[in-house]
Amino acid sequence: MTDTLQYALLLPIIVGIFVGPTAGYLGSIMISKRMALVGDALSHVALPGLAIGLLLNFNPFIGAFSFLVAVMIATWYLQKSTVLPIETIIGVLFVLALAVGLLITPETELLHALFGDISTITPLDTAITGVIAFFTVLVTRLIYRDMAMSMISKEMALSMGVKVERINLIYLILVATVVAIGIKEVGTILVGAVVIVPAAAARNISRNLRNYALFSAFFGGFSAVIGVVISYFSGVPAGPLVVISGVVVFVIAFFIGKGHWR
Amino acid sequence: MSEREYRSGGLILRVSNLYVEERGRPILEDINFSVERGTTLAIVGPNGAGKTTLFRVLMNLIPYTGTVEWSGRARIGYVPQTLVSTDLPVSVEEFLGLKSISDHKECMESVGLNQGMLKESLSELSGGELQRVLLGWAIADNPDILLFDEPTSLVDIGAEEPIYERILAMKERHGTTILLISHNLHVISHYSDFLLAINRKQFYFGKTRTIPHHDLIKLMAGISEGEGD
Repeated sequence: MTDTLQYALLLPIIVGIFVGPTAGYLGSIMISKRMALVGDALSHVALPGLAIGLLLNFNPFIGAFSFLVAVMIATWYLQKSTVLPIETIIGVLFVLALAVGLLITPETELLHALFGDISTITPLDTAITGVIAFFTVLVTRLIYRDMAMSMISKEMALSMGVKVERINLIYLILVATVVAIGIKEVGTILVGAVVIVPAAAARNISRNLRNYALFSAFFGGFSAVIGVVISYFSGVPAGPLVVISGVVVFVIAFFIGKGHWR
Repeated sequence: MSEREYRSGGLILRVSNLYVEERGRPILEDINFSVERGTTLAIVGPNGAGKTTLFRVLMNLIPYTGTVEWSGRARIGYVPQTLVSTDLPVSVEEFLGLKSISDHKECMESVGLNQGMLKESLSELSGGELQRVLLGWAIADNPDILLFDEPTSLVDIGAEEPIYERILAMKERHGTTILLISHNLHVISHYSDFLLAINRKQFYFGKTRTIPHHDLIKLMAGISEGEGD
């Protein structure tokens, strides 16, 4: 295998295999919390963090992750301390972040930040992504049962001793993490889609939690790899292709699943 | 009920001077009642009277002032009106597993459901089936006290009676104490021992059977004041 092929195809595929299933698995909770649009909005929060990293010459990933976690904690606090619906909190905070991000991101870097550039990924980036993805999946698995219970009935979960607020905070930090590692692959504009679309597809054909989580992760990985491979052979950016692959899977799953028409 | 009776184990719950407010507006004021072990207390009142809020207080889910005293370490089972979301594709089997219920067969049989339903998704169940699953879930680990928030609100009229018969059987078998929110006159008069009528404030607490039928209807509607014994 040539070095060119290794860097231009193999590393993006490996990143896709790390990010896709992780995002899909987390997304299965997001869809069920009826936070699908929230997932899209929150991805924009990464932009000012990326910009600050670029402007101050430190790793933009760290900037994006720090910004995402800070806004997630603010969202969690406002949600539990006010009567504002989470959609409103996120709608306001996150468009503000996008506006600030657009103002301060250096123009030359703006396109890469918005749409990602997986072709420039390095072996070190890939390794870091793998380690973060592994721990994200591990923690998600640990809280999945409690998250499911709190979504079914918050009161029943509390009566079982589930720490609902704490679990919600952990979940939001996990979402921030997966968004941060997904930015390189698809950019800040589309990273929400890799969280949401695979889970939406899986929901069409799942009748139990186990299959739902498995299909979400599988569809996430599948659409990421397909998108990257088509990108390599066509020269078109990977981000939009990953998302389009996911939407095609969603449409197929919709027709296979039946029973979703009114 | 005296302090000695409470300490000796006759009472499982005592609530005194309970006050709850939300955004500066009182939701419950001056609520005082006690519950004897192994009895059923029906909580009645019009919509918005604070009945579900009272349950939330008893489960320690919201802030309040006053005293809520449980005798010893009472284990609470809770059955809501319905689920917040059945959008999550969870099978009945997985739902029972979320509470680490191991004997699914016994759990299903205890509420009159067959095992074939274990693979079905919660969202595919009828209102009555779902309520029975929730009941089975709540009673699986034999709690000391069960809180039912209108447990048959979504159930067909014909399916309501068997559910209450099962609740009654469980109460007699395990000595379970039951707190029940209901708008059903028949259920209240047949299945409850004591009645607590509230409409933000408490206006009746006493034995159910001493209340004439027409007064019971008024208490449930929150339009009359009565005196407890």
